[in-house]
Amino acid sequence: MIAVNITKRLDTAEGSINAHFELTINDGEFLTLFGPSGAGKTTLMRMIAGLEIPDSGRIEVDGEAWFDSEKRINLPPQKRSIGFVFQDYALFPTMSVRENLLFAADNAQQRANVDELIELVELTQFSNRFPSTLSGGQKQRVALARALVRHPKILLLDEPLSALDPSMRQKLQDELSLIHERLAVTTLLVSHDIAETVKLSDRLASVEAGHIKRLCTPMEFFSPQTLSGKLQLVGEVLKIEEDAPVFIVTLLVGSSIVRTVASADEASALTIGAQAIISTKAFNPILIPINSNKI
Amino acid sequence: MEAEFLSTMALTFKLAAVTTLILLLIGIPLASFLVFSKMRFKSIIETVVSMPLVLPPSVLGFYLLLAFSPASAIGSFLTEHGIRLAFSFEGLVIGSVLFSLPFMVHPIQSALSQVPKSIFEAAYTLGKSKLETMIRVILPSIRHGLISGIVLAFAHTVGEFGVILMIGGNIPDETRVASIAIYDEVESLNYAMAHQYALTLFVVTFAILLLVYTLNKKSLGGIR
Repeated sequence: MIAVNITKRLDTAEGSINAHFELTINDGEFLTLFGPSGAGKTTLMRMIAGLEIPDSGRIEVDGEAWFDSEKRINLPPQKRSIGFVFQDYALFPTMSVRENLLFAADNAQQRANVDELIELVELTQFSNRFPSTLSGGQKQRVALARALVRHPKILLLDEPLSALDPSMRQKLQDELSLIHERLAVTTLLVSHDIAETVKLSDRLASVEAGHIKRLCTPMEFFSPQTLSGKLQLVGEVLKIEEDAPVFIVTLLVGSSIVRTVASADEASALTIGAQAIISTKAFNPILIPINSNKI
Repeated sequence: MEAEFLSTMALTFKLAAVTTLILLLIGIPLASFLVFSKMRFKSIIETVVSMPLVLPPSVLGFYLLLAFSPASAIGSFLTEHGIRLAFSFEGLVIGSVLFSLPFMVHPIQSALSQVPKSIFEAAYTLGKSKLETMIRVILPSIRHGLISGIVLAFAHTVGEFGVILMIGGNIPDETRVASIAIYDEVESLNYAMAHQYALTLFVVTFAILLLVYTLNKKSLGGIR
């Protein structure tokens, strides 16, 4: 179990804020830090990793203090059992895929597991390739496998998929979910992608202005209503057109475009770029599976 | 005559090789300091390192000569311990190291500053110390900067003249390097000998640079 209770002064674009994070992460849990950029998600993650130092407080992992301002304990990142996946992959350019993983290994057993991990992320045929010859998705898989070599107590993923195109992102989300299921490693993800958060996480911590506003399941967060004959979609408003007497609103839901009608009142409450919920009542949805190999 | 030519050339390349090796050993930590330190007086050190780029070699040579002289505090201390730096090979090495410092430090500094911070952090989160990260991850990935630094420092030391003239003079097998010999032969109107030195320096430096740039391009092609 990981218990965090720390404060840090953050300098953001809107001036500096006094951040205070209090959070418990259960063993084997997949927890997502969700929220706008500049809220302190990445800083919180970097403080857990030891890459940044909190101003005060305590970080405890399985009873061991990684940071304790009162007892003046601050383990360096080297001494913390973590796997960190960076947004820019941070692969070592002069090492092949296999060498990148071997570099991380501390002992013979970890070295022996390297090939298995490469297979787990489906890169066996690329194991002698250098990072510069790999695609973004492949690079991120190497980074993920490398972070798992040392059997970390916590896997820290800092917006790992944000630089990838949507279809690659989806594929990697599936893989990440599979790997999490298989290895049951406690995982903390920084994300501002709704689909990713819902798909992967057991719990969600919504971070706003240096504080954890809510801690709940992703479904509770994004779809607070209980199940009913209602269909609810969350999307981003792309366009609002007047087509008297109604308005046509175009939204981006996941990777699909949805066009819907809205009354003048509804349309005036929407702004382009903002998130909106489309919900429809007295509805009997028809679900048809699509057989597709496009991913 | 031929023996003198060979010993002069040997001394020239020995000076360049020793200087380059010392510069490599102090250049890497110095460049790392300039890139990563948040010290307030960093710009002063940065300025001192760059001074030889603009300072006339005779200025550096003059002050080194004063420092080496037994009349100065440093010189008298050294004399007491039986070390004589003025008009000696060791003195030339010190002068060359100072004079070629920016040529080693600048390429390493610029290569280091281009390494993303996350590369360092990734190695740290994988349990590797700063030293191990430097040796196994960072130095291999900045090898083009290291090679440039080595080549420039070596070539610059071979081509050095003013500092050596000031602190070394023209003592065969001790301080008489090729650039000094050329000057000396021209002074005594011995153009054939001057030409022999000059052409040798020209050809050798061209060959070294060509070899290094060709190798560098090849090794970079596979990875970057």
